[in-house]
Amino acid sequence: MKGTVLGEVGLHMADADNVVTAIDDLEAGAELPYNGEMVELAEAVPFGHKVALVPLERGDAVVKYGETVGEAVEPITPGEWVHTHNCESTRGRGDRAAEDGEVA
Amino acid sequence: MATFEGYPRDSGPAGVRNYVAVIPTSVAASAVAEAIADRAGEHIRATPHQMGIDPPDGAREQIERTLTGVGRNPNVGAAVVVGLGPETVDAEVVADGIAAAGRHVETLSIREAGGTEAALDAGVELTRKCWSGIADARREERDASELVFGVECGGSDATSGIAANPAVGAACDRLVADGGTATFSETPEFIGAEHILAERCSDADVRERLLDRVERRESTAQLMGVDLRGAQPSPGNQEGGLTTIEEKSLGAISKGGTTPIRGIVDYAERLPVGGGLVLMDTPGYDIESVVGKVAGGAQVIAFTTGRGSTTGNPLAPVIKVTGNPKTADRLASNMDVDASTVIDGEPIESVGDRVYKTLLRVASGERTAAEQRRLEEFAINELQPNELAELRGDA
Repeated sequence: MKGTVLGEVGLHMADADNVVTAIDDLEAGAELPYNGEMVELAEAVPFGHKVALVPLERGDAVVKYGETVGEAVEPITPGEWVHTHNCESTRGRGDRAAEDGEVA
Repeated sequence: MATFEGYPRDSGPAGVRNYVAVIPTSVAASAVAEAIADRAGEHIRATPHQMGIDPPDGAREQIERTLTGVGRNPNVGAAVVVGLGPETVDAEVVADGIAAAGRHVETLSIREAGGTEAALDAGVELTRKCWSGIADARREERDASELVFGVECGGSDATSGIAANPAVGAACDRLVADGGTATFSETPEFIGAEHILAERCSDADVRERLLDRVERRESTAQLMGVDLRGAQPSPGNQEGGLTTIEEKSLGAISKGGTTPIRGIVDYAERLPVGGGLVLMDTPGYDIESVVGKVAGGAQVIAFTTGRGSTTGNPLAPVIKVTGNPKTADRLASNMDVDASTVIDGEPIESVGDRVYKTLLRVASGERTAAEQRRLEEFAINELQPNELAELRGDA
């Protein structure tokens, strides 16, 4: 498959990615080898969902497929689940435009 | 070169099926069209839809274009166009468009026939007459370059972008290399990946039109002051691990493969034959989007799914491909290709080869899971008020 399998449980699609996709239902404490170190899962992560490999600050780009797929909306530590609770799209945000008063 | 066994047509590429299509001009004729097809037998297919009898002008044009395109699809040998009578979508206009492609066409008005019972009897008679004209058609060897292959994704999850979509994309690359046409659509799912698609456009004009279409779909969300996240990715997509529209789009575009984008056409507009990769501007709704491509001339559809889908189409065989091992197992009787093997290490190229061979076999008559179970959905994209305003030029 495209990308690199980390520890047989996570798929790293491109070198630049700061998240990895779970290719199994993962329990808290599971370990992913990354950059010569082990990233320990802080919580259970379901199949197909993403796990942070590096620390992310609010506003940092979340990168998958070597491309920005959204931004962190709170600090995320390595091994944390990355999903809609802590990562948001930067596109099609009519709601933000409305808050900013840009839409009549 | 790759070949398939298809039904030659007087004009245009060969069909992969040989149907009489029963095409209602409105929802008011849809039940009768369905009943005619049910009664008339196995070579007759109805395309019941939900559009009303007096749609606004822009919508009417799109409905006429869709119905005409559906009747001209190479899989249709002859057609019966059925109306209640008062429709502004004119059965004669649709029939003339279909006849222009060299197909035998009949029209039927429920009102003039004397009501549903009489129309049903008359309709069955007309479909038999139509069938007798095409029943002798026999398959012959045709070049794969005659194939227009539509690809669609639905019920996406993280495996769609990892396995199923790139595998179908590899099959698209093979078909394009063999001279055929591949097409994908769902413009809302280009958002966040349009910079990659733009780089692949064969010329500046195509690039400009592509970016314009993406901008239009995105600004619709902006104008309404809504958060696109409410709909994209859908709650089901999110459960499957997709977090943002960008992530979904980057996975979605891989189903079209890696060849240059040669053009972009409107919903249900005619797709070129031998045209390489051509996009169609459609909404993100699976059924409407598949119908747009069938109306554009696609003879076969590949439908990738992560969380599962059972959908088919009345006129074009739909090949189901899943990259999710659980879906491959649970919905085994609805799937045609298991691409979840990618997760166990099967190379994308190898799965793509399986998809391409399935495409050629299905084009030659092998029935897909959806066909075997007669799963046939049909719906036409309904233009929204803001889209109609734009067509009128007062947006």
